[in-house]
Amino acid sequence: MGVEGIGARALRKEDKRFITGKGKYTDDMVLPRMTYAAFVRTPHAHAKVTNIDASAALDMPGVEAVLTGHELVADGIGNLICGWMIHSKDGSPMNMGAWRALESETVRFAGQAVAVVIADTQAQARDAADQVVVDYEELPVVVSTTDALAGGAPQLHPEAPGNLIYDWDIGDEAATNAALSSAAHITRLEIDNNRLVPNPMEPRAALADYDAAEEHYTLYTTSQNPHVARLVLSAFYNVAPEHKLRVIAPDVGGGFGSKIFIYPEEIVALWASKRVGRPVKWVSDRTEAFLTDAHGRDHKTVAELATDANGKITGFRVQTVANLGAYMSLFSSSVPTYLYATLLSGQYDIPAIHANVKAVYTNTTPVDAYRGAGRPEATFVVERIMETAARELGLSPAEFRRRNFIRSFPHQTPVIMCYDAGDYDSSLDAALKAIDYDGFPVRKAEAASRGKLRGMGLSCYIEACGIAPSAAVGSLGAGVGLWESAEVRVNPVGTIEVLTGSHSHGQGHETTFAQLVSERFGVDTNAVAIVHGDTDKVQFGMGTYGSRSGAVGMSAIVKALDKVEAKAKKIAAHLMEASEADIQIEGGELKVAGTDKKLTFTEVALAAYTAHNLPEGMEPGLKEGAFYDPTNFTFPAGTYACEVEVDPDTGKTRIVKFVAADDFGKIINPMIVEGQVHGGLTQGIGQALLENAVYDEAGQLLAASYMDYAMPRADDVPSYELYTTETACPGNPLGMKGCGEAGAIGSPPAVINAITDAIQNNNLAMPATAERVWRASRGVMAQAAE
Amino acid sequence: MTQVAMTLNGKKVSANVEDRTLLVHYIREAQGLTGTHVGCDTSQCGACVVHVNGRAVKSCTMLAVQAAGAEVMTVEGLANGPELHPVQAAFREHHGLQCGFCTPGMIMTAVDMIRRHNGVLDEDTIRHELEGNICRCTGYHNIVKAIKAAADQMVAMRTAAE
Repeated sequence: MGVEGIGARALRKEDKRFITGKGKYTDDMVLPRMTYAAFVRTPHAHAKVTNIDASAALDMPGVEAVLTGHELVADGIGNLICGWMIHSKDGSPMNMGAWRALESETVRFAGQAVAVVIADTQAQARDAADQVVVDYEELPVVVSTTDALAGGAPQLHPEAPGNLIYDWDIGDEAATNAALSSAAHITRLEIDNNRLVPNPMEPRAALADYDAAEEHYTLYTTSQNPHVARLVLSAFYNVAPEHKLRVIAPDVGGGFGSKIFIYPEEIVALWASKRVGRPVKWVSDRTEAFLTDAHGRDHKTVAELATDANGKITGFRVQTVANLGAYMSLFSSSVPTYLYATLLSGQYDIPAIHANVKAVYTNTTPVDAYRGAGRPEATFVVERIMETAARELGLSPAEFRRRNFIRSFPHQTPVIMCYDAGDYDSSLDAALKAIDYDGFPVRKAEAASRGKLRGMGLSCYIEACGIAPSAAVGSLGAGVGLWESAEVRVNPVGTIEVLTGSHSHGQGHETTFAQLVSERFGVDTNAVAIVHGDTDKVQFGMGTYGSRSGAVGMSAIVKALDKVEAKAKKIAAHLMEASEADIQIEGGELKVAGTDKKLTFTEVALAAYTAHNLPEGMEPGLKEGAFYDPTNFTFPAGTYACEVEVDPDTGKTRIVKFVAADDFGKIINPMIVEGQVHGGLTQGIGQALLENAVYDEAGQLLAASYMDYAMPRADDVPSYELYTTETACPGNPLGMKGCGEAGAIGSPPAVINAITDAIQNNNLAMPATAERVWRASRGVMAQAAE
Repeated sequence: MTQVAMTLNGKKVSANVEDRTLLVHYIREAQGLTGTHVGCDTSQCGACVVHVNGRAVKSCTMLAVQAAGAEVMTVEGLANGPELHPVQAAFREHHGLQCGFCTPGMIMTAVDMIRRHNGVLDEDTIRHELEGNICRCTGYHNIVKAIKAAADQMVAMRTAAE
């Protein structure tokens, strides 16, 4: 492999185990005397549990135990919590209803766990779970965001009257109202952001092992943040104190946010392993994943954009109702507030913004962060209304955006965020050139001659990554600090281990992080090992979500590398009798500038450990740790351009071309970054065209398997054209912004803008299925026929 | 319980399993080869694809007893010792994987796809043929590139050998 530094398209170090079938995922772990857990889940979306009869199940072969919420409460296991406090505009704290890992009184969404069966094999556990007889008294159900707030709606939690979790405001209401009153034009849009199911390909799993002699638990689990899992399991769920609980997140098969949260099943597996005195494994099946993995999005919004006579935006008013499902998941409260409304300024200089967000309970699966988490919802609102306003004002959508771009940095928006750097013209230019924006009318006419409808859609997104300065998020209600930690251990032979609190579940950290070290010390990437995902190995870490592993995780590594380098230089200077300031590191060697004196990195490492000849007072060894707390969010931004062709006879949309021009700041491994964008775009296009978590009125999730929920498949999406522009992020040492979510954030409005342009009807909901597009295109076809 | 014997990655194996045991569970649990994954309950995702008598099969859709006496190959059997199969190498070379969970099924599907098309594949055909395999990470872009590159390479190798 050799030295592969910043900017190298290094092939991934982790790939060999995955392509040869040697990955180690949670479900691949086997422990002696292991049992299996199967959950008894309510088929009703809202009901009182009047009786649980486990007698038949307990008589089944292989069954060790049937446990319910009664035992859970008796053993002092705590309720699930939401870790981000939001206060309503009247100053009152959010209304959080109690959520037990096993519910024995009132169930509030179809699929909620009522009891668990522990048996020798998975088949025995599942068979026995079918034989647990639960009596329910059904209660009225509320499913939709709008219905939840209606008078007389069924009430979910006594703690939340009217199903209202909070009624939250941001921005200057009076100034925004004034801007709207004096506007030359107001563009108004009603927008639904469809509910999605994250669907990492590896279903969630947990393997819990209690050691009675040591009173110690080990949990193998599908987590994006094992240290946060340990913290929450210890501090809130009372499973065990942190030093008696080891959490290991081995190879994890995708997360997209859904594996941030601590779910009932992990808690129950740990608790049950002590109860039965044997290891307990639980593996979700896909329908369980649909029913219990935290869902994403589900907003209903009314947005009004005020413009003056010159097409300059003067104010923006947004009212959103966010459906958080039946319970408040771990970070659910922050998603429709600080991760959403703070991005409503988009790439635009908007003098006044006001947003009101009401979060509500419904009898549906809890909703929390899913790839983008709040920023896709914000971007969809902003970029749909920008396109709509341009059409209403008779301006080119590109020109209208340009007229309103922010061009001076730092830029303080009216909604908390202070954008540090950006060049929105550059990414717009790159995208327009790549998609041949000017040549579009010719292609549209050519398509029309074949009876097809062509459309062009833009999306100039901005998002916030690198979450986040701990004091800042603390003041906004976060229950944790959002720094990251790293430790760099140089071994006596000069190989290097980097321990990181970030977690890789597809992002390729083992490669990208190694490139950083390779560049710094000029060592082969093969001489660098990245260690992550084990609370016994890495002291602490906040994990991977919000595209933070580069901007925050790698910044912590840089800080630790700085310390290692400083010490190595001191040792080298001492050994070569030179001044420390004259030592330069180059090609794996420490050299004295202007001389031919040099030591290899390995020789210096060995000297640190033999400690035979170290500077006076220096400790032996070469190992340094660092915590990095960001100074600001980072602000990746870019332009996506989408050209579609709609078949008016079938409503089928074909994406003819999709161009992405992103500014991610400094990029370490372009190959990996491109892969992140491809995946994000496909999830965003999935939201725009295919995916929808549909509930019926009784609260049954109708799309609860891959037979019913339309996952994007290879022939649903195009190959993509990617470009990058670069403005360095001034907030962190590498100038990185983050790339993991941009694709999912920026693409849905580009697609919908393109289709609505093609069919000349702006009233089109996501997902824009063939049926919906066909219906919405009837108007334009009727006109064409006249 | 039934004694089920088959040839797995060229080795004769046997295990006593429940009649209802699916081939994927036989492979993963009775034989301890965990490269073959279970990603759904409905034969949609393709994470479990293996070869049975040389053809790609979703091993979650077949009982172990139905594979009794068959030649079964999993992703673990694809490489020739330390030498990767061209499809495995192409997935790495073209970054056709991220989290790796769908990858074994993708690779086994791709090997069979290339065989059935005699290596002559264009992008549309590859995308169409991947209908039965879901990936949530890569957006398919690099998987398609990897399969095309492997197919082209295998044709070139065949031509060179002729």
